[in-house]
Amino acid sequence: MAFIEATGVSKSFQTPRARKPVLRDVAFSVERGEFVSIVGAMGSGKSTFLSILAGLTAPDAGTVVIDGVPVTGIRRDAAFVFQNYSLLPWFTALENVRLAVGAAFPELPVHEQRAQAERALEQVGLANAVHRRPSQLSGGMRQRVAIARAFATRPTVLFLDEPFGALDALTRETLQQDLAKLCSSAERPVTIVMITNSVEEALLLSDRIVPIMAGPPATLGSPISVDLPKPRSIAHLARDEQASHVRVHVVATLTAALGHRKPRAATGSAAQADARARDAAGGTVALAPAEE
Amino acid sequence: MVKSLAHRLLPLVGVGLALLVWWAASLQIPDLPSPWRTWEESKIYILEPLEKRGETDQGIALLAYYSLVRVAEGFLLGIAIATPLGFLFGVSPILTRMFDPLMQIMRPISPLAWLPLGLVLFQKSEPAALFAIAVCSMWPTLVNTMQGVRAIPQDYWNVAKVLRLSRWTTFTKIIVPATLPYMFTGYRLSLGIAWLVIVASEMLTGTPGVGGFLWQEYNSLVYAHILLAIVTIGVIGFVLDRLMGMAEARLRAA
Repeated sequence: MAFIEATGVSKSFQTPRARKPVLRDVAFSVERGEFVSIVGAMGSGKSTFLSILAGLTAPDAGTVVIDGVPVTGIRRDAAFVFQNYSLLPWFTALENVRLAVGAAFPELPVHEQRAQAERALEQVGLANAVHRRPSQLSGGMRQRVAIARAFATRPTVLFLDEPFGALDALTRETLQQDLAKLCSSAERPVTIVMITNSVEEALLLSDRIVPIMAGPPATLGSPISVDLPKPRSIAHLARDEQASHVRVHVVATLTAALGHRKPRAATGSAAQADARARDAAGGTVALAPAEE
Repeated sequence: MVKSLAHRLLPLVGVGLALLVWWAASLQIPDLPSPWRTWEESKIYILEPLEKRGETDQGIALLAYYSLVRVAEGFLLGIAIATPLGFLFGVSPILTRMFDPLMQIMRPISPLAWLPLGLVLFQKSEPAALFAIAVCSMWPTLVNTMQGVRAIPQDYWNVAKVLRLSRWTTFTKIIVPATLPYMFTGYRLSLGIAWLVIVASEMLTGTPGVGGFLWQEYNSLVYAHILLAIVTIGVIGFVLDRLMGMAEARLRAA
């Protein structure tokens, strides 16, 4: 059995007019130590799916099992990074991280909690900014604090909800590389599920990419392996043949699901599809949500 | 430079105009002392503010001190009850549903209505006054704290959930800091009400203080002292509000 195993997951939300199905009968699995990205447009239900995997939201039907244990709430060994940082503004960077360490290791003396939090902040390059409050930090630095907070608790599972979505393209790239480094340098293997709307970002970081097609209800496409050595660079990915193959496949799957148009990307020439894919996958360009 | 000087003098012009109206009115109404006569008859209270000549014949600072102590006690009692209730109602929709109608009914009740009930309950005027101040001044704190808790962004609740914070840690590290600015707005409004209530309760119970002094001087027909008391009440109320406003601003800046 895989490390993370989701079966038959369904979820719908009550709107004033009707019940809107978001997910229906979704199956998903992740191996231990794997980095899997779920790629899809905004509003495709991927955030809902991630919070079900993490135990933040309960599904209407279906089960999620992590490491043989059914998920009923946030796991002790799990961490979460939100798109909008979610730092507490009245605390310094250090206190924000220390709060997480204290909650994860309550038996640890406070000065050791602080030391562990400081180390985590050093690892993301914020050694000089530990005593600053979020309002005194740039967006990229805030997200570094959030990432430090996640790694400081030494998680075995990490859920990333569009972690770089709110950042400018340059900051985004450095942070992506830093995240890749952190993952590879962790003491024990960290299993990571990330959701993103950027195919390029998924290519850069993941072992496997799962496209999610907007519904409602949303459905998951078949996973695509990215068998490229890590660390990867954006420049290299732009030229690599396997990367372009994966890119085409993902974008074709996603665009096929958009609206009621014919899946042109799948039938057109590979070169055309690749060009389109690059348009759609460009760093800050989000895929359009499904047309009604 | 000239403009800013004029700008600063404008409030003084306003005060001057008010004095003029007061003076004109005193010409028409024989019982109303003019501003000058008010000063002449009251200056002993102001120039010797700490003099104690008798139980009610005391310097204005002493009278204000008695009133302020009473207000502080009633106000602290009020917010000590209102703050925890505000947190409880803020996190619990069930409690809110249960007590909201009751709150809406109790809120508009005048201090003059609570005071006799306090006298029945406690038999003495001092605790009755505290009771009236506490009951009347707690509402802004209760309502603001409640709203502050409800205004906590979902992000912060998510942090508490994801970090698996205990209830107590969630309360001290997230709910209280997030609600603090709202709480202090409530405290400022509550203090304003407490100061309004003190005068009424002192007038009714005849306890020494600015309000008691006002009522006693009315009964002894020294009308100039009524005006002295009114001005004093206004000035102290203004200063209290400013002090709380400064505390509030510091908190928001932090």
